[in-house]
Amino acid sequence: MVNKRRIRVMVAKPGLDGHDRGARIIARAYRDAGFEVVYSGLHQTPEEIVEASIQEDVDMIGLSSLAGAHNYLFPRTVELLREKGADDIIVCGGGIIPDEDIPVLKEKGIKEIFTPGTTLDNIVKWVKENVKPR
Amino acid sequence: MSSVSEKVIAGDVRTVARLIRDIDDGMPNVREVLKELYPATGNAYVIGITGAPGVGKSTLVDQMISHLREDNKTVGVLAVDPTSPFSGGAILGDRIRMQRHSMDEGVFIRSMATRGHFGGLTLSTRSAIDVLDAMGKDYIIVETVGVGQDEVDVVKSAHTTVIVVIPGMGDDIQAIKAGILEIGDIFLINKADREGADKTLSDLRLMTDMDQKKHEGDKWTPPILKAQAVFDTGVAEFLEEIEKHRKYLLDITEGLQFRKDKHRVQEELRDMMKNRLIEEVLDGLTETGEFEKAVDSIVEGKLDPYTACDNIVLPALATNTR
Repeated sequence: MVNKRRIRVMVAKPGLDGHDRGARIIARAYRDAGFEVVYSGLHQTPEEIVEASIQEDVDMIGLSSLAGAHNYLFPRTVELLREKGADDIIVCGGGIIPDEDIPVLKEKGIKEIFTPGTTLDNIVKWVKENVKPR
Repeated sequence: MSSVSEKVIAGDVRTVARLIRDIDDGMPNVREVLKELYPATGNAYVIGITGAPGVGKSTLVDQMISHLREDNKTVGVLAVDPTSPFSGGAILGDRIRMQRHSMDEGVFIRSMATRGHFGGLTLSTRSAIDVLDAMGKDYIIVETVGVGQDEVDVVKSAHTTVIVVIPGMGDDIQAIKAGILEIGDIFLINKADREGADKTLSDLRLMTDMDQKKHEGDKWTPPILKAQAVFDTGVAEFLEEIEKHRKYLLDITEGLQFRKDKHRVQEELRDMMKNRLIEEVLDGLTETGEFEKAVDSIVEGKLDPYTACDNIVLPALATNTR
């Protein structure tokens, strides 16, 4: 039988941030790269995102935050995945993230951070290189 | 019994999620698991929700979940969205409307992509229903991809099939065409505050009144209801009709052994055989490169597609039937 594994990704908007144009563009780029993309919708708690990601059996969660609460929301997502024994799901993030926050976030388990100006091609390339369907 | 099957029956969310992925991806190991799970199925009530894109199917499902949870029923949802024919990717957005239920342990929601399958569902939906059934969900709601006129697969899997329409979607000719409007056990006119709701209702009524399904003792007349799902208006009444239909089925089938209904079993087995044959034969031919070769000779004008098809299929059949 031909193995038809596809990359499944959750694009999620944690916290009180109503701006999802960026997240939707990312979702679209992932779709065009051949991934199956579950979009969470706005105003999600890390708990909701993690639970949905497990039910959807995604390989990666892409968090988008433009409102400044990333230092709590991103690590909290990683922590919850660990608690649930689902830390094989890769977490990356994007949005308005100050440079000095990036090393701290990476240390806390966020695999990569994409800041404004990153091209869609580069983001898709990163996912293809770093996320393998499990 | 394998540990996967045991965990599914115990309701382990991660195992269920992974198993559905394996079914979707056509992993051969799932067949043994599904065989083991089958005796644990047949307890869930399956509701199919279908209708054109944008009529409010996901919003309706979201409200249905709330009502069913108030009655302490557990709910599984399979929501289908289309796969891009170009990239093979998909954006699965049905879940957005239902996310408020994601923390509820009594609810399992899974988005699925059509992956080129026609009929409104995915090739794997049938088996995914079995998994949620074995997991112990009381109700399984299957939301089809937004459909047009002829995507009627859902009726093969659901106990109650619901057609969601909105006012003003076409004149009365639409209502006499064959296809999707024939399969409804319940019709729901959503966004019923919009102009033309009464006209839509009378068009549908005319159609259901003339429905030839009433032959052979089918005494169910599909009710036509109005609702505004986004405000939860009419949803409770709608669920009452589903309950009536469930009781009606119980009445005529003695204990909801619906899945054992001969006609359905025929359809199900035929579909399964067809898929399996395609999988085994076609995938084998693709691997040997014979398929590619045939394509090339058609492209180069050396062969017509009918002969090419004969050349491939006939020997394959001969070896397989021996």
